[in-house]
Amino acid sequence: MRQEQQAMLDLCELYGRFGYTQYKMSKFEEYDLYVRNKSFLISDSVITFTDTNGKLMALKPDVTLSIVKNSLDIPGYVQKLYYDEHVYRISDKTSAYKEIPQVGLECLGDIDDYSIAEVLSLAAQSLSTFDEDYILDVSNLDILSLVLDRIGISESGRRALIECISKKDIHDAERICREEGIDTEKASLLSRLEACSGEVDAALKGLASLFDDVEWNAMVKRFGEILALLPKKNVRIDFSVVNDMNYYNGIVFQGFVPSIPTDVLSGGQYDNLMARMEKKSGAIGFALYLDRLEALVSPRKEYDVDALLLYGEGDSPSAILAAVQELSRQGLTVLAQKSVPERLTWRQLIKLSESGVQTVETNA
Amino acid sequence: MLNVALPKGRLGERVYAMFEAAGYPCPSIKENNRKLIFENPECGVRYFWVKPSDVSIYVERGAADIGVAGKDILLEYTPDVYELLDMKTGICRMAVAAPKGFRDDTRRALRVATKFSKIAGDYYASRSREIDIIHLNGSIEIAPILGLSDVIVDIVETGTTLKENDLEVIETIVPISARLIANKASYKFKNEQIKALTAHLAGQLQAED
Repeated sequence: MRQEQQAMLDLCELYGRFGYTQYKMSKFEEYDLYVRNKSFLISDSVITFTDTNGKLMALKPDVTLSIVKNSLDIPGYVQKLYYDEHVYRISDKTSAYKEIPQVGLECLGDIDDYSIAEVLSLAAQSLSTFDEDYILDVSNLDILSLVLDRIGISESGRRALIECISKKDIHDAERICREEGIDTEKASLLSRLEACSGEVDAALKGLASLFDDVEWNAMVKRFGEILALLPKKNVRIDFSVVNDMNYYNGIVFQGFVPSIPTDVLSGGQYDNLMARMEKKSGAIGFALYLDRLEALVSPRKEYDVDALLLYGEGDSPSAILAAVQELSRQGLTVLAQKSVPERLTWRQLIKLSESGVQTVETNA
Repeated sequence: MLNVALPKGRLGERVYAMFEAAGYPCPSIKENNRKLIFENPECGVRYFWVKPSDVSIYVERGAADIGVAGKDILLEYTPDVYELLDMKTGICRMAVAAPKGFRDDTRRALRVATKFSKIAGDYYASRSREIDIIHLNGSIEIAPILGLSDVIVDIVETGTTLKENDLEVIETIVPISARLIANKASYKFKNEQIKALTAHLAGQLQAED
């Protein structure tokens, strides 16, 4: 079994153990769903086609919207689902369509702090499947929003400041505040919030010192209580994790593993999306980008095959098959050929002999 | 070891001098040869020279942990990187320039010649002005002279080239300077090294102020 398939199975088993059920869906969805929620999608372009009824359909660019559309609004009930699907998006850099394998989960309904902590914990456990030294960056959009409210900037300035904080670009944030006539003390709030990024305990301490009022203290306390349930070694607070606030709210997060240059997991609470889709309940979920993890789960092999078995015209098929089976039983990958293929790399070059097989060359 | 992508050319040399002054020297970089990669294991840095517009690609894809790129490149290509420090060098502005005495004919789309299609597009979209972008790769200044465009959007440093071609700045879009950028994952896994280097550079800049 290929390693990425094994990783996928491990993740599905993990989600199953926490009571999540698999949500299998069609590759197609009515295009109308995406038109109404275009800015929720990572990529604007959607592959469309007309089905036999004349309806405009799309190859799914996203899984969450389909799950939300079909979610149940039952008071006191939480629907827990996971998926293992492919989505179709246009790559920003190459402008070409890509098929992206994605595994993720969604928790929809009467979401409470336990549900949030459980999803964060499952995100952490998912990352640890790939590397124990993962990092899960967690932000809180309600806290960021409150800081922006207290800076008191225009709507366009607010959007520009959010863009700046997503890039840790404090110098431009200060310039924007200056241009909008915000006083220095208020303008410094964003850099002070950014300085609160880092290990959880220190970051919470920094947050607690930013303001001292009932609303702020309650928000920071609740954030701390949720984070206390996660492994300290791997979790960081980072306010540069900023998802679109038209859809997301509260806790948002991103996961990283060593040797992959981008985030490999992304998620958060999306009560605002639920409201836009006329749902009364809340939701939180995440997705793992398996295409980005590919390099990790399938490291480049040193050799194309462990054993290259060379046979001649005179060797009997039964002897060749017996030799291949024996080498394969020893756990080796075996390629039987009449001559050495060009550019093939092997660990051992093996020939058939009267006594069975004979190693004639070894690449250490 | 921190991999640092520096922009080839005058800006890169100025920026390297700043890294050196901040305590990250690599003497071999000053040798006159065609090598592109230079390493100083004692300081934990490996520098490499790349085309200025490619710095953000090296950093975004993790081949470099950090790098120095102009704000113009960051606005045009929008790489997914952190922007940690304004290096306060390579200072100029992105501006709209037009022939002296130009009057905008608002009855038709404005023809804009530029190397920076995204920046120009975003700027005029924010002003709800319909434009026709003419993407050029160099000698932008001659476009309005030859009637190819009404205005240009380009980087202006001293304004000498504009003056010599009878053009003048009519609007400033955004100030530009070189920025220290970091790969997002490197910032997590080499956090202490990157933060220390950023702090040393910031200290260096403050001392110069």
